[in-house]
Amino acid sequence: MMGCAMDRVNGVIYALRLAARTMSDHRDELVELDRAIGDGDHGENMRRGFLAFAAAVDRVDPETPAAAIKLLATTLISTVGGAAGPLYGTAFLRAAAALGQAPELNPALVAAAVRAALQGVIARGKAVPGDKTMVDALSPAADAAQAAVDQGADVAGVLRAAATAAAEGARATVPLVARKGRASYLGERSAGHLDPGARSTALLLGALADAAAAR
Amino acid sequence: MTGDLPTVGLVIVAHSAKLAEGVVELAGQMAPEVPMIAAGGAAEGGLGTDYAMVCGALRRADHGLGVVVLYDLGSAVLTAELAVESLAGPDRVRVVDAPLVEGAVAAAVAAAGGGDLDAVAAAASGVRSSPPPEPTRSPGPASVPETQPAQEIEPAPEIEILLTNDVGLHARPAALLARTVAGLDAEVTVAFGDQRADAGSVLGLLALGAGAGDVIRVSARGTQAAEALRRVRQLGERRFQ
Repeated sequence: MMGCAMDRVNGVIYALRLAARTMSDHRDELVELDRAIGDGDHGENMRRGFLAFAAAVDRVDPETPAAAIKLLATTLISTVGGAAGPLYGTAFLRAAAALGQAPELNPALVAAAVRAALQGVIARGKAVPGDKTMVDALSPAADAAQAAVDQGADVAGVLRAAATAAAEGARATVPLVARKGRASYLGERSAGHLDPGARSTALLLGALADAAAAR
Repeated sequence: MTGDLPTVGLVIVAHSAKLAEGVVELAGQMAPEVPMIAAGGAAEGGLGTDYAMVCGALRRADHGLGVVVLYDLGSAVLTAELAVESLAGPDRVRVVDAPLVEGAVAAAVAAAGGGDLDAVAAAASGVRSSPPPEPTRSPGPASVPETQPAQEIEPAPEIEILLTNDVGLHARPAALLARTVAGLDAEVTVAFGDQRADAGSVLGLLALGAGAGDVIRVSARGTQAAEALRRVRQLGERRFQ
């Protein structure tokens, strides 16, 4: 039980709080991205959902990493309207399930959690890579996380690899024509814009990686 | 015809509370005994869908026979499916991809007629893809397979009904007619002019456009064909009251 602080539940809660901070800081950016090809509520929805989690985690005091992540999932599901609530909610529910009752994280568990989150988003939203959705960030992130594990990276290294791949994947959504979600109603006009869901996924993984590196 | 027996319930998930309530109002007029719950709008009152609201609606609509869920667009289906997965008995719910208004009406009538969960779900989804009903009688020998038994091409018994009620075969009378023949072992067809409709399809009946003073022709096949025609005749005599 002598892992660094990030590995235990308080480290996970710290990382999720930093994610809430990031969602709050990037609210306007996500609103602008979503206004271009969606309904403009993604930034506010994500900020509201993560701030609700930050308030809830003080009351609940989860005992395992999985419990903390599950609390985030259920909070997002009940506070985030639109597609992001069910999609991120499912992602974090599956990630929590992948962690089981483990009292602390290890590199393989982190990679398995990212993979489970991806599978949950695909099952819920029926999107595939190239549809200009959060899958375009999460899918390369899952592959990069596993590759980092195979190369012997620690928890922080696995998360950094996932975050870097997610950021690249999000940037690569710019030229795509959306085939899922509200942006798909725009058809060809959705090309030329960064997908807000892919961007928020990259921001979240970036925050988790920053938290792991800082502790 | 279901008396006090419970029916399959309906939940309408929509981004607007008014939209969900309006669909429930419309479908409820045709099947008032069916538990039908509107779950529209975000928790704080704006546009959106709310997970907790959908969960509550699913519980209230389930009177033991299960629930069919219809939704409007986009994230409504995500919220609905997530809510269903969280239930103790997810197998008692069907989330159906169907046109919201037509699907709700068809599902409500099927539920009121005593349809089980699969039948109600099929009624809702059937309104998207079902082609106009085939004539039950072949107009000529060209379309009759030679192997078909002789009795199959005999004309089905047919009655004529003069629509003496004020609105003709409008929404509520059409729903009553569909419910009257539901559950019988009979294929009942209603014809008006050169158009035909399955008597179990409210929307098909509405599409006939038969108004007050028009005469519709009702034919039936099956072991309970005579009973079906007797009931339809009575319904006409009661002026669809």
